[in-house]
Amino acid sequence: MDILIAIAGLGIICLVAEIFNLRKAIVPVTVAGLLAVLGYVGAKICSKNPDILGLGFDERFHGMISSDKYATAFSGLFILLAVFLVALSPEFHKEHKAKLSDFVAIKLFLLTGAIAMVSFTNLSMFFLGIEILSISLYILAASSPKDVKSNEAGMKYFLMGAFASGIILFGIALIYGATGTFSMIDINTMNREALPAWFGIGTVMLTIGLMFKIAAVPFHFWAPDVYEGSPALTTATMSTLAKVAAMAALFKLATTLNAHVPGLLTTINIVAVLSMTVGNLLALKQNNVKRMLAFSGISHAGYMLLAFQFINLSTAQGNLFYYAAAYTLAGVAAFAVILSVCGGKGNEDVYNFNGLGKTQPLMAAVLTCALLSMAGIPIFSGFFGKLFLFGQVLEKGRMILVIIAVINSIISVGYYFKLILAMYTKDAVEEGKQLPVPFVYTAVAVLSMAINIAIGIYPQFVLDLIN
Amino acid sequence: MDVSFILIILLFGAGATYFVGDKWASKAALIFSLAAFAATIYITCLYNAGENVSLLKLWIKSPRIFLAFHADGLSLSMTLLTTALTPVILYSSFGSLFPKTRAFYALILFMAFAMAGTFLAVDGLLYYIFWELSLIPIYFIALLWGSGTAEERKKAVVKFFIYTFAGSLFMLVAFVFLYQRTHSFLNFHLYSAALTPKEQTWIFLAFFLAYAIKIPIIPFHTWQANVYQKAPAAGTMLLSGIMLKMALYSIIRWQLPIAPMAAVQFKYILVGLCIAGVIYGSILALKQDNLKKLLAYSSLAHVGLIAAGNYTLTLDGLRGAVLQMLAHGFVVVGLFFAADIIERRFATQQISEMGGIRVQSPKFTSMFMILVLASVALPGTFNFVGEFELLYSFAQTNIWIAVIGGTTIILGAFYMLRMFQYVMLGEKNAKPFADVTFNEGLVFVIIIAVLLVFGLYPKPIADFVTPELEKILVYINRFNK
Repeated sequence: MDILIAIAGLGIICLVAEIFNLRKAIVPVTVAGLLAVLGYVGAKICSKNPDILGLGFDERFHGMISSDKYATAFSGLFILLAVFLVALSPEFHKEHKAKLSDFVAIKLFLLTGAIAMVSFTNLSMFFLGIEILSISLYILAASSPKDVKSNEAGMKYFLMGAFASGIILFGIALIYGATGTFSMIDINTMNREALPAWFGIGTVMLTIGLMFKIAAVPFHFWAPDVYEGSPALTTATMSTLAKVAAMAALFKLATTLNAHVPGLLTTINIVAVLSMTVGNLLALKQNNVKRMLAFSGISHAGYMLLAFQFINLSTAQGNLFYYAAAYTLAGVAAFAVILSVCGGKGNEDVYNFNGLGKTQPLMAAVLTCALLSMAGIPIFSGFFGKLFLFGQVLEKGRMILVIIAVINSIISVGYYFKLILAMYTKDAVEEGKQLPVPFVYTAVAVLSMAINIAIGIYPQFVLDLIN
Repeated sequence: MDVSFILIILLFGAGATYFVGDKWASKAALIFSLAAFAATIYITCLYNAGENVSLLKLWIKSPRIFLAFHADGLSLSMTLLTTALTPVILYSSFGSLFPKTRAFYALILFMAFAMAGTFLAVDGLLYYIFWELSLIPIYFIALLWGSGTAEERKKAVVKFFIYTFAGSLFMLVAFVFLYQRTHSFLNFHLYSAALTPKEQTWIFLAFFLAYAIKIPIIPFHTWQANVYQKAPAAGTMLLSGIMLKMALYSIIRWQLPIAPMAAVQFKYILVGLCIAGVIYGSILALKQDNLKKLLAYSSLAHVGLIAAGNYTLTLDGLRGAVLQMLAHGFVVVGLFFAADIIERRFATQQISEMGGIRVQSPKFTSMFMILVLASVALPGTFNFVGEFELLYSFAQTNIWIAVIGGTTIILGAFYMLRMFQYVMLGEKNAKPFADVTFNEGLVFVIIIAVLLVFGLYPKPIADFVTPELEKILVYINRFNK
């Protein structure tokens, strides 16, 4: 809760700073503030005596929120991603300086929503979190009002998202009806057999609602259009922070509610397989990089859904967290390069990347590494993410799932390499003079890729955060 | 001092080569590769003196993954092949000018690092990481510095990458499955995993897919000829000289001892498949008018023979395979270098446009002749030793296999000598052919010296690898007493 207060406070400071004409200070102060919070989270994780810093269930907030290891680790990841995304903002929004404070503040509120989504112990808190996250994203998706596509994206996302929220709320209502409480701790202790049937129905509805948010097949239809239409920085936020937050919330809900619905796990497996396969096959056909990453994101959601096959809960949490960290860090690095390349071009088609290996070798190298990480080539952390998940699924004895996931990894190489080939084998379309890459783009791209590789070389560090 | 030192030199060398800049990159790369070679020899001496030069260190606690590099006769001889060929390959590239020089030389060193790591690693996952890591540099080397139009190159290289990546992912699944059983990736733990015959079959096939694509064994060979033709000479040498040997070595190190029952069960099918590949490669080589493609298909035939030797599961087969890997590594690098020299001077790969080189450059002709004769396993060359042992192992398995395998030597002699005749002999060519430079000559002399010395006296190498192969044979035969 202390983290939530600090971040929400930062958001309000942003808005106030605009009034006092301190626009230039907004981003530095926010980034510094977020880093301070990140340090605090780090201290929480490292502290040997958790009571002092309030690790675990917190009575003060009426059982609304807890900060167990799972929640703290994911919060740390979200804050790190938010630092990168906020740092990219001033350069991206340099045409609309007056709105900068709004954009940064909305991102901070989005972050509070994401953190609430992983640290809730009460379903009402969970719903608050997901709504804060979603509403912030609706605004950000439509934040380029003169662009028809952005309008379309905002509207589409809002309609779909509101529908999904309705289903989630219905599910929560059913669970309340069955148990008489919103508290996850109380629900956890109840005898599953004695609960009425609509407890299971409610759980299924919650799952469906969150599948919308993570864009798993067959609930994925909004994703490509929304990703393509939204401003690129918003797409980056959606495909990294928001997707992983929804995924983490889904995992937490499914494991703590633990409804004995026959066939639910099988259905999740089918959704995972469909997401992987459909996402990858459709990504092969895309020429727009944002659209391609949208489909690749769908397939990564499929991989993360494999984490539901587990024997040991804390190992599964660690594996999911590791995969999420690997995927999002590679995603942020890739988007930083995309922003720098397509900044003034008006579209994000693959040909914009032609000849990047010659004109901007560093950015090309970072994007190559990011794509290789997503494809799961060793030493990048994406490989270990897949390895841990595959190991976990095999331990459960689901060989066929692993085979399908492996075949999908092979397919994914096809489209990731399309971009790499464009960068290294084609000549630049326009031989104009090259604008220098803004420093923040380079810094964010290199830094997030460096962290990605670092956790690839030393994966134990990340796994230990949860286990 | 342990074997990881070699890897550190190569990795550091790759970084340093990139940072010293285009002008000094080639020299820096050569120095570091020679240093790595010297270190390998020194470590081999230490190993022979009975010192422990292996490394075993915990890397990741859960799942348990070790930084495990093991030195024995087998892994050290393959590492020696890698570090000895790397300076030769680097030195042979000195004659060509490459754009982005520093990246080119840095990638070659990085490739050597990955390949040496593959030979030394005995932790399955570490081994897999090196195995995959070696794909990235060769991908870029072939893509950026290859010949032909960008479109053709792209097609060939991407096919190669996706093929090999696909194969090795199934190997990864096999490793993860084995980990579930033994809770370790270390090879000697995996050897003693209690697997049912059915499980062994699946594991064997998963490994087989990875290795059959990389070697390549028919019908997984379709990537090979195009990549060899499109890649720059150094890339082709790395691929055919060392990278293929990764797969042949891995059969001995991983596939056979982990799943011996399946190996025994499929013995005749596999040997037959490999021999079929030998004949297929030889026949295709007969029909080629493109010099590099001809060499690629002849290489396909030779490695097919080596793979067949591995799958006979006899000591002679394994030892012959190891000796032939070393010999083939040197001879194929020499042949591709010769092809590259001809291509540089005549600006063509078509055999029909060549000819008449002997009149202009007798020195080059005689050196090329020795390489061709070594390639067809003339007695007195290193290749003869390996090939003889391989054929002997076939005869132990089934006399007909030996007979059919033996015909390949005749076929090989036929197409290689015919190629030599068209390329080197005949009327003086209209295009001028400059005599070999000192650099080029030195490369040939080193390669020929190695082939002749070990051809006449192969005992040290044979003795060096035999104890380890005997140990592995014990693992292979543990089920069929």
